[in-house]
Amino acid sequence: MNIKTLNFLVTLVLAIVFSFFLPWWSIMLAAFITAVLLSIRGVAVFFIPFVAIFVFWVSYSFILSNTNDFTLAKKIAILLPLDGNAYLLLIITGIVGGLAGGVAGIFGKQCKALIKK
Amino acid sequence: MKYLNFSLSLLLTALTFYCLDTKFGSIPPIGKFLNPYTGVWQNETDETISGSVYIDGLLDKVNVHYDAQLIPHLFAKNETDLYKAQGYITAKHRLWQMEFQTYAAAGRLSEIIGEAALNYDRQERRQGMGFGAEQAIEKMKEDPETLAYIEAYADGVNSYINQLQPKDFPVEYKLLDYRPEPWTVKKTALLLMYMTKDLAGFDSDLEYTNALRMFGKERFDLLYPDFYEINDPVIPKDTDWSFIDVPMTETPVSKFPLDTIASTLDKPHPDNGSNNWAISGQKSYSGNPILANDPHLGLNLPSIWFVMQLSTPNHNSFGATLPGALGVVSGFNNHISWGETNATRDVLDWYKIEFKDKNRKQYKYDGQWKDVRLRVEEIKIKGKASFIDSVRYTHHGPVSYDKEFKGNDELAGYAMKWSGHIGGNNQKTFLELNKGKNYDDYVKALKHYTAPAQNFIFASGEGDIALWVQGKLPNKWKGQGKFLMDGSNPRHDWQSFIPQSFNAHTKNPERGFVSSANQHPVDKSYPFYVFNDGYEPYRNRVINNFFNSKDTFDIQDFKDLHNNNYNLKAAELLPYIYKTMDVSALTNEELTILNEIKKWNFNNNIDELGPSIWSIWWATLYTTVWDEYEVDNVALKAPFSFQTIHLLKTKGDDAFMNIVATPETETAKDLFLISFKKAVKSLMDWKVENGSYNWNDYKSTYVGHLLQALPAFSRFNVTIGGGANIVNATSKNHGPSWRMIVEMTSPPTALGIYPGGQSGNPGSKYYDNFIDDWAAGNYHSLHFLQSDTKTDAIIATQTLISN
Repeated sequence: MNIKTLNFLVTLVLAIVFSFFLPWWSIMLAAFITAVLLSIRGVAVFFIPFVAIFVFWVSYSFILSNTNDFTLAKKIAILLPLDGNAYLLLIITGIVGGLAGGVAGIFGKQCKALIKK
Repeated sequence: MKYLNFSLSLLLTALTFYCLDTKFGSIPPIGKFLNPYTGVWQNETDETISGSVYIDGLLDKVNVHYDAQLIPHLFAKNETDLYKAQGYITAKHRLWQMEFQTYAAAGRLSEIIGEAALNYDRQERRQGMGFGAEQAIEKMKEDPETLAYIEAYADGVNSYINQLQPKDFPVEYKLLDYRPEPWTVKKTALLLMYMTKDLAGFDSDLEYTNALRMFGKERFDLLYPDFYEINDPVIPKDTDWSFIDVPMTETPVSKFPLDTIASTLDKPHPDNGSNNWAISGQKSYSGNPILANDPHLGLNLPSIWFVMQLSTPNHNSFGATLPGALGVVSGFNNHISWGETNATRDVLDWYKIEFKDKNRKQYKYDGQWKDVRLRVEEIKIKGKASFIDSVRYTHHGPVSYDKEFKGNDELAGYAMKWSGHIGGNNQKTFLELNKGKNYDDYVKALKHYTAPAQNFIFASGEGDIALWVQGKLPNKWKGQGKFLMDGSNPRHDWQSFIPQSFNAHTKNPERGFVSSANQHPVDKSYPFYVFNDGYEPYRNRVINNFFNSKDTFDIQDFKDLHNNNYNLKAAELLPYIYKTMDVSALTNEELTILNEIKKWNFNNNIDELGPSIWSIWWATLYTTVWDEYEVDNVALKAPFSFQTIHLLKTKGDDAFMNIVATPETETAKDLFLISFKKAVKSLMDWKVENGSYNWNDYKSTYVGHLLQALPAFSRFNVTIGGGANIVNATSKNHGPSWRMIVEMTSPPTALGIYPGGQSGNPGSKYYDNFIDDWAAGNYHSLHFLQSDTKTDAIIATQTLISN
């Protein structure tokens, strides 16, 4: 398996596992650990964990909200304010999670570099 | 290089974490808030209403049957379990609200909102809300049974809180980034104080003091009479008071301190009030008494009310509960029904305090120096150091106004005397009403009730109807408590209370109905001193005229009366204006508007233009009449509408009618024209901006979320008529917060609805699902289960089991 795909999958699995017992920042931990264990290069260092967490947060949010007709999502999308657009809220959710994951991925990569000499 | 990269990435990671985990202003901590496993997406659900739940310390199991309105029907084997379950179930649907309201009462909002709430919190502290709650607890402790139930309720709430993970917290906690704290007996006492302030926290003593000083006694009495010329009181006029045989309090010969007061504490909404009425079997289409109640409060989400059925083998009650308090407040059981309207009595007075020196440790009383007691008030503020605003207490009560608060005199202050500080076991009244079987039980239940004074209406299956004006009411001398009093003069103190059995009441009056709508409780023949401190003179007359208009009434009549939009106030002034106003100087546009309002039949219906024209015209006319009241740095309360209209019609050339700022001398007739022209201009400006000014659009009623009507969680443009001073009292954000009709069949048949929904979760379909039906004047049948068995009306059952 391609190391990038592996990195993606491990980030995703760790993020899901951690979410059962850790707060929101567990995605950062997941991306960090993956980056240390499975070194990748270039912009992928940021984008692989970004996409992994984006997919996780968007799909989980979608499943929760879809079964409830997006009742609350539409209201939160007024609050934030996103003009009441629940899909936009989903995307923002994904970006927020993805950003945190991606940044943690970069940090993990730099840690690894430091240890390896 | 790699060290630099490492440092930069570390910094970037830390910064990202910080930004997503921290609340900035009103923006919630966005990572915490939006993540799908502990954030707001977890609230995208209805509450679970089936299966089993374990609760600490239950003696037996409790069944909770839910009907299609999400009304829980609780069946417990004993009272302690019942109130524990009430606490648990209420918290499950309304936790954030019930806690938030107690924070508000205690003056603790700054803890969760920050410095923006500091001024509000200071006012709560200076009015002694926490002090009042502590006094109430002392009283409750004298009655171990009630205290045990309140503790059971707290245990129930805490069982729920303890089961919560952060992901389960109601959405408002996530938005404001805090967590629920344990529920306590004190919180129940604070919730009752919250209601007491809302309903018995209104006074104009300091404003009246300014008016007395500015205008003199004779003019003051003209503007603020003790009784209006027309009075249709709560207790019928022909009531015989000869059984009252105690001497009245003698009026002392003394002076009032005529201070100038620049500004006063915020007051509760002036329209806080209610309607209730009950007809006897003779007046009823079926021979069964029928009772109705609709409390008028701010229209909020989550609603102030939560509807429940509360049942044990000994009693079975149903109706509106207050989240945070025990039992049903407005409702019925198998034998009796009851409801409340505000009695609006003057139970809040002010005393001028003279301190001995700058230390303010002693104050003058009866020619001597008496010690003050310092109550340290630490107001915690989110993200800031605490604010200490300690309050000095005299034997009257807290010195609310002093040099630290709205005052500038180092040696003086104003102390508050309030029935809310006396302490009372008000909770017991409701617990006993829930179990009551007849008139005697009802009267016995009321004896514990102190504040806020209410008009308790009653109907029984035995065929009795009754109404008691109940509260612990000071027996005042004539004029006492209208103005700032002398805190050093013992004769200015409240001398005694009206003996409870002499509180105004009526049982089975000849006219065949009882009713109240916040009007004057009595006429002049009642021996105790009662003056008009904001009695409502319109709704009561529409209600009483209706019940005098024919022989028998049915449920449809009751519904029609709840939804009655007749604007008696407009009907009492407009015809006089049409007769006297000079229309020769009107433009074509103004004439058109005048013709529009002339066509109006005085019903505030949604599609009418008349109510909108009247609304702006009356507001403009009122401020034009009382231009004398526009004085900087003097707190004033202009005369009430009724007296204003009375003066316009009978003293049209009085000096008050003159507009001070103009060289001409105006009379009432001129003011009609001037205000009409101004009103038309405002209305046309409104029209340009908003379109049609039919009453529905012009009023644009909304039901606002408790967090200052946060738009995301509020409902706007609710289609409903009515208005202030109208039986359907729905104004912009205030009105019938619960409508109930109970026919005393066996068992009772009841209807009820309120502008909200049973769930406090904005993500639930039960959050606001009653609003449209409420606005349309519809009701829900209340399914009064007679045994602990599922009926067709029940959609799910949850069982509460002991751990």
